[in-house]
Amino acid sequence: MNPKQPRYNDQKEGVITIRNLKISFGDLHVLRGVDLDLYQGENLVVLGRSGTGKSVLIKIISGLLEPDEGTVNVLGQDVSQLNSRELDALRLKIGFSFQSSALYDSMTVRENLEFPLIRNVRNLSRAEINKAVEEALEDVGLSQTINQMPSELSGGQRKRIGIARTLILKPEIMLYDEPTAGLDPITSNEINNLINEVQERHNTSSIIITHDLTCAKTVGDRIAMLLDGRFERQGTFEEIFEDPNDERVKQFYEYNFID
Amino acid sequence: MQASTTSSKSDSSAKPVVSRRFDRIFLALSDVASFMAQFFKEVFVPPYEGKEIIRQCYEVGVRSLPLISLTGFITGIVFTNQSRPSLATFGATSWLPSLISIALVRALAPLVTALIASGRVGSNIGAELGSMRVTEQIEAMEVSGTNPFKFLVVSRVVATTFMIPTLAMFFILLGMLGSYVNVHQNEATSFMTFIDQFFSSISFLDINSTVVKSIVFGFTIGMVGSYKGYHSSKGTEGVGRAANSSVVTSMFLVFIEELLALQIINAIRAV
Ligand SMILES: Nc1ncnc2c1ncn2[C@@H]1O[C@H](COP(=O)(O)OP(=O)(O)O)[C@@H](O)[C@H]1O
Ligand SMILES: [Mg+2]
Repeated sequence: MNPKQPRYNDQKEGVITIRNLKISFGDLHVLRGVDLDLYQGENLVVLGRSGTGKSVLIKIISGLLEPDEGTVNVLGQDVSQLNSRELDALRLKIGFSFQSSALYDSMTVRENLEFPLIRNVRNLSRAEINKAVEEALEDVGLSQTINQMPSELSGGQRKRIGIARTLILKPEIMLYDEPTAGLDPITSNEINNLINEVQERHNTSSIIITHDLTCAKTVGDRIAMLLDGRFERQGTFEEIFEDPNDERVKQFYEYNFID
Repeated sequence: MQASTTSSKSDSSAKPVVSRRFDRIFLALSDVASFMAQFFKEVFVPPYEGKEIIRQCYEVGVRSLPLISLTGFITGIVFTNQSRPSLATFGATSWLPSLISIALVRALAPLVTALIASGRVGSNIGAELGSMRVTEQIEAMEVSGTNPFKFLVVSRVVATTFMIPTLAMFFILLGMLGSYVNVHQNEATSFMTFIDQFFSSISFLDINSTVVKSIVFGFTIGMVGSYKGYHSSKGTEGVGRAANSSVVTSMFLVFIEELLALQIINAIRAV
């Protein structure tokens, strides 16, 4: 499979800027000085082994965790300086696709999709809500599931409904946590295509966390590799893996990738 | 507001074991205290989750009603039937309604209702919030502009605090009915006489203390279930543990509170 043609923005306008980010849990130093930029309109893949702090990183970006040190600037705002109302407002511009999909399992698909809409946008008519829900479901190709419960859906469907639920607020940034984890190759490929479609259709800037190199190759305009709590390698897929003189990168490639 | 996922960030590296254990207990207690403080901070501040509170009241109240009613009714019959012989020795079976009313109102109704609710409602809240924590639903709520503590915890605790006293009242009513059925069969007491005797032996203090006690029990059950679920550890076994320890902990606390209430009520009676 050929890697995708990188979509670089000429001006390289940064939407997320992270500098010297550090966080530890007790004695466990997870992030040890992370620098990372996400540019407008690009898909940035964050690669790394399990437990290296990839999820922690995007939870810090969306203000779910507080870093010990460093700055996170999202759409021109320093996340740590925001009060709770400002943080809520910023979060509406960030779509978060959770690893476990995080569908509310006491609600139907329709209620799941309505939830962020009803709670954040005032004075919507019933017709407007229905239209938005139907559009978002169409976006992910799952219109027929509208009245089902999450427990009735397959893993790939849950993932797509989770993505639809975040798309309903038309976010400028998407954060995907292991979008293909636990899915079969065909379903994974569908999710990868969906990620690319979201990028093209809504011109979103996305961070995609994964340890799946097929996913990285298919969706990533740029790859950043999290090694020992830092991003030591950044670049296109080839730049990183063509000549992996770093032993850790080589290992990652050999053990994870079947072309 | 930060999610409570950071709560375990403590440095307890090179300390002796005993001191570390004290640290842990102290940390757990301060965790519970801040959880309760957050409840009182958020329960009175708008926006109120009215719809969710009503839904939870339905879950807690209406869904538990059949079990509580049945238990109350049977308790009324059995307790009346079993008390009869000892009163009969003194030729005092006419005191049965008074005896039953005191037993039901003062002790059985609040305690049995709370214990049943610990099992049914407490475990339910623990498991529900636990699985929401584990599958990141709580975090999903937080990033979509909804305060999960208010939406999930406050609504449940408010619901149990209101519904457990209500259920205890139903327990008394159905217990009374069961007792009447038994007394009517055996002593042919009329309904009006029964009611008259039933209420003549209990005071306002009895009713009030039962209501207050049940409010405390309800608050305890909601709080314990929510705390255990909200702080559930990752993995499916975390959910099971949250459900299980919700039941054990809230039953234990209900007993302690019952004993404390007894002391307080006796002190009030003595005045
Ligand atoms: N809230 C937390 N409290 C304590 N430790 C945590 C917390 N969140 C994550 N960790 C630890 O940080 C490390 C990185 O976690 P994570 O970011 O989930 O890894 P991954 O790269 O697989 O997504 C893990 O060892 C995890 O146990
Ligand atoms: Mg992860």
